[in-house]
Amino acid sequence: MQSFVGQVEGHYRDGVRLSSASFSQTPSFSLIILTHPQSKLPMSAIDDRFSELRAQNRKAFIPFVTAGDPNLEVTARALKLLSASGCAIGEVGIPYSDPIADGPVIQASYTRALDAGTKLHDIFAMVAKTIPELSMPLVSMVSYSIIQRIGAEAYLQQAKAAGFSGAIVPDLLVEEAGSLRSLCRQHDFSLIHLVTPTTPRERMLRIAESSSGFIYFVSVTGITGERNELPSDLLDQVAWLRERTELPICIGFGISTPEHVRRLAPVADGLIVGSAIVRRLSENQDADRALANVEALVREMIDAMMAAC
Amino acid sequence: MSAVDQHNPSASHLPDKHGRFGDFGGRFVPETLTRALDELESEYESAKKDPDFQRQLDELLKSFVGRPSPIYHAKRLSEKAGGAQIWFKREDLNHTGAHKINNTLGQALLTIRMGKQRVIAETGAGQHGVATATACAHFGLPCVVYMGAEDVRRQKPNVFSMKLMGAEVCPVTSGSKTLRDAVNEAMRDWMASVENTHYIIGSVIGPHPFPMMVRDFQSVIGREARQQCLDVMQRLPDTVVACVGGGSNAAGMFYPFIEDSEVELVGVEAGGLSSAPGQNASPLTHGMPGVLHGSYSYVLQDEDGQTAPVHSVSAGLDYPGVGPEHSYWKDSGRVRYTECQDGQALEMFDTVARTEGILPALETSHAIAKAMEIAGEMDSHQVVLVCLSGRGDKDAAEIARLKGLEDPT
Repeated sequence: MQSFVGQVEGHYRDGVRLSSASFSQTPSFSLIILTHPQSKLPMSAIDDRFSELRAQNRKAFIPFVTAGDPNLEVTARALKLLSASGCAIGEVGIPYSDPIADGPVIQASYTRALDAGTKLHDIFAMVAKTIPELSMPLVSMVSYSIIQRIGAEAYLQQAKAAGFSGAIVPDLLVEEAGSLRSLCRQHDFSLIHLVTPTTPRERMLRIAESSSGFIYFVSVTGITGERNELPSDLLDQVAWLRERTELPICIGFGISTPEHVRRLAPVADGLIVGSAIVRRLSENQDADRALANVEALVREMIDAMMAAC
Repeated sequence: MSAVDQHNPSASHLPDKHGRFGDFGGRFVPETLTRALDELESEYESAKKDPDFQRQLDELLKSFVGRPSPIYHAKRLSEKAGGAQIWFKREDLNHTGAHKINNTLGQALLTIRMGKQRVIAETGAGQHGVATATACAHFGLPCVVYMGAEDVRRQKPNVFSMKLMGAEVCPVTSGSKTLRDAVNEAMRDWMASVENTHYIIGSVIGPHPFPMMVRDFQSVIGREARQQCLDVMQRLPDTVVACVGGGSNAAGMFYPFIEDSEVELVGVEAGGLSSAPGQNASPLTHGMPGVLHGSYSYVLQDEDGQTAPVHSVSAGLDYPGVGPEHSYWKDSGRVRYTECQDGQALEMFDTVARTEGILPALETSHAIAKAMEIAGEMDSHQVVLVCLSGRGDKDAAEIARLKGLEDPT
């Protein structure tokens, strides 16, 4: 198990990846539980990535794409392009039929992906095939409805075997996360919780304790989607939490312009951009053009981020 | 008799403090909603103990809704069934024509207690939308109702009523354009408006504390009915039947009978066209436990956890999930759940209209159809009590369309 983790960590630097088959050959989960005390903090490729970034005084640009919109082939191309453009971590949205935290752009994207017949095992297969060509680790954004149906252990096993390093579960509160959190810790898989502007401060600390990899700081009270304005007290809120946790803090929801990036980059460890990318991917029927538009946006945002820090 | 749960303590030990009915229930929502749910839970707990709140709600239920609703012996229908006596608990006689008002008045009072200035709601058949619009008009609260575009079409009279009372009706065109999508859209509104808005969920679904709170507000149905049976027939009914979509009228009807082990409780789901996937809306009959709309309960899902398409002729039952307490009652064996198909329900609508002079809602017609079957197997001294959850005027136009007649409206 440990050597497996070592090799996964290695592949981001060396471009060499252990095949997913090796994971399924690892000892049974009961044995792993014995050798991995629950108190241990998980170390995934996400932690490594932030250590590298911090050593270089850099911030993470984290793009979101929906798996399977318009199809998994284009998703794979988008991930390669995003990685080559200097994105630090990739967030892959697992399409879900009833995403209540998502605005119209991502909802419509999920609907298209599901209507196109995207299945979970196809997404994992695409990720397994693509990840050797990526220099960024991947996290999945996945509804607990999906994890619950597959089973938490099976989801973790399949996601990790495919090459995912962590999961963001937008509808799993810290109170309900106990068993998934233990499993993630045993398997060095990051479980990234969200904090929001409505989260009381003492609760933010509890969430920070439960999180691994990074903390997803939701910028607005609302759903995902591009916005002109971001809340004025966001910077103070992030700064407050920043002083109280060692974990990286990444801000997401509503970030859609280089100006947002310039303002937020100095206080965060990373910025997450979803709808602005998903919209560009869907706006053009021609995949080459759509990808070129995405690349232009991402490069502009990464430049703005570098200039601001 | 108080409007909020105060009876038999052994029946009311669930949910636990995590909102769990056994394994079912809980809270599976985005973090953004946590503070509002905590606030709602504590406000509800304090209201429950506040005699002023109780008095206000009791008074409204009496003078504004017209409670208590009577029980009625459907003699000609009983004869037709050829067995047990069939009795109706007449929730159709409430103001706004269904049981939904019991809950919306309670939650509107809570909205005011919490100092929130706006109300949102989802609706399927439109009965909950009308009841929410009514409560909001009564208290002067602005109200937005999300309703699937397909339901806007098939429940037109209710859309007009909501607008007359000043509510804004937002047709939802995503997904299946029915109740499930209306819940999604209301949740999304709430995600952005949670600081000044209360979401009045219309059924015993959603994250804790909604399933408990809505059940408690609706339990007035079962409490009254239980007492009325004792008063009128000096006995409890043998069987109590109610239809189950999200399950609010059934939860309110069953809950006060839960400890009466001699009373058989039967929930009737929408069997749609057939038992094939996508052809019905019966999660307790054909589904598996899963997570939808904030709680863990039986749900119709595919193997990836995607919510499955559902079908019912009745907009109020056309929903892939069900309240978590029903899942608990199913697994514990306390309530028997069965289903009734579209055709049987439509036929029963006609039968009840002609034999009793009552137009039951299409949702309710499902329950009556099963009650007829059950009564037919019983003796004439036995009693089957059906929750007549709502009136069917709203369905007249859709039934005419299905029969190929001209729209009578």
